[in-house]
Amino acid sequence: MPLVLKEEIIFNKELVPGIFELAFISEYVSQRAKPGQFVNIKCCDGLDTILRRPLSICSVNRKNNTVIVAYRETGKGTRYLARKKAGDKLDLIGPLGNWFHVSDEYKSIAVVGGGIGVFPLLFLLQQNPCAFKGAYIGFESNTCIVMEKEFLHCSDKIMLATNDGSKGFKGFVTDLLALNLLQEGSKGKINGEKYDIIYACGPMPMMKKVFELASKMGIKCQVSLEQRMGCGIGACLACACKVKHDGDWHYKRVCKDGPVFWGEEVDFDG
Amino acid sequence: MASSPGSNGKYNGKVNGKIVSLNLGSTNPGNINLEVEIAGIKFKNPVIAASGTYGFGREFAEFIDLGRLGGIAVKGLTLKPRKGNRPPRIAETPAGILNSIGLQNPGVEGFINDELPFLRKCNTAIIANIAGSTVEEYCELAEILSGTDVDAIELNVSCPNVKEGCLAFGNTVKGISGITREVRRYCKKPLIVKLTPNVTDISEIARAAEINGADAISLINTITGMAIDVHKKKPILANNFGGLSGPAVKPIAVKMTYDVAQTVKIPVIGMGGISSGEDAIEFILAGACAVMVGTWNFVYPDACVKVLEGIIKYLGIYNHKSVYDLVGKLELN
Repeated sequence: MPLVLKEEIIFNKELVPGIFELAFISEYVSQRAKPGQFVNIKCCDGLDTILRRPLSICSVNRKNNTVIVAYRETGKGTRYLARKKAGDKLDLIGPLGNWFHVSDEYKSIAVVGGGIGVFPLLFLLQQNPCAFKGAYIGFESNTCIVMEKEFLHCSDKIMLATNDGSKGFKGFVTDLLALNLLQEGSKGKINGEKYDIIYACGPMPMMKKVFELASKMGIKCQVSLEQRMGCGIGACLACACKVKHDGDWHYKRVCKDGPVFWGEEVDFDG
Repeated sequence: MASSPGSNGKYNGKVNGKIVSLNLGSTNPGNINLEVEIAGIKFKNPVIAASGTYGFGREFAEFIDLGRLGGIAVKGLTLKPRKGNRPPRIAETPAGILNSIGLQNPGVEGFINDELPFLRKCNTAIIANIAGSTVEEYCELAEILSGTDVDAIELNVSCPNVKEGCLAFGNTVKGISGITREVRRYCKKPLIVKLTPNVTDISEIARAAEINGADAISLINTITGMAIDVHKKKPILANNFGGLSGPAVKPIAVKMTYDVAQTVKIPVIGMGGISSGEDAIEFILAGACAVMVGTWNFVYPDACVKVLEGIIKYLGIYNHKSVYDLVGKLELN
């Protein structure tokens, strides 16, 4: 059960231009949050930007009750948030939404993140005790890379791509994933990396590609979706996403039924 | 009012420099009578969750005891389930939001089978909001719901986000007269007509609803609006246009509530941008005997309870014994 909370900010720092990491203390959130969930933050104290901003939980420390979220300053709301300082109170609701499916049966997992989509995946890697963890992370360029160290720390293999090739593989992170999944053997047999499940978060075209690759390989795939939200608790029906249903489709709520969905459910072109 | 109720239910604060202290208790402290009566239904207090902002209550039950509310107006119901509009369905604007949900709902049968039993257990008045694309659909909905134990029916002739019907019935005297008269024949429950602000003179619309059988008026629904993404040179909403709500619309809503309350004799339920007890009091002074809280529920899931507590606090401070001490008690300058 989520709560409306007022929690204290520990730090709110700019990692690279426009991308911020914010830490706050919350026993309630830290003890309950599961990877994939988000907190919904009231960025502006007054009436200017009234809606909360949903931010994925990026990391949690259950020993000292610290929760970390990260965000890009993209508009008025996040601009208010970026001004907040250590010691300020954060008006938030959480943890909200569903979470990534984890299972003892998954011996080997991969996460694929694009840009600010990498954040919830870090939390997943941190909390996941499985045998092998691969991390594919992609950014526009060298100057946008965030949390590389953290990903290194909690994965067995990290693969980094930049669109302009300024660091790591040149191209989309999905191209990098394809190269590693689809390495062709002598008889066309696939002998690339084997994963039991791939989790993806990032731009819609990226997640679509990841799902297509995963289904081709018979690998399970979950994606974390984004949509403009109203309430964040499932009441207003603003954050609709098109989901396949009995040969037809219907709209589900990203905030309550998601943000995590199985790849095969999602209509990526909807 | 500089303070808020403490955990012991005691309020200590300053009003006009005077220190006041009173016991707020839980729902209805002391000898303040919060009950209001609308079309023969007793609401335990004047705070009702507005249609379209509260779903069928379930999500809010995770945060508050729904039994503390005066009532819940459920998400607009249509005869058949509706999928709703393409996303994005919401855009934030200064002190408000634009929405274009498009009446996504499980249909009236889905509501009766899957939602109403839960709501009935919540010990609060249930108002079924209905929307259709033809007069016949409205009548059928009213007839079906009259056979259930909902407390009242709210006629939604003011939704700006669907292509057919709805708003078209609500924005002319002729339209509102016809639909109210017809639905009245099939509606065996108290009938509340919810008005659109997208008209030249809302008073004449309200008067037409009253003459043709409305038991009460609720207003305002959202104001049509548009927000444009200048970088994409396109509207933010996939549906291009939407309905504006939130604190930005409050002064418009208060004025319209005043106008309508001056015109009709039936009870008026005011809404539009309420985010505090004092906001609610504005509507009550303007002539509403109850209020609906809408958009603010998205910001604070306990908004309705906070508005109620604010009303109680205000009544206590000014030593009013009943909500009716304030209804329409506005003194013009």
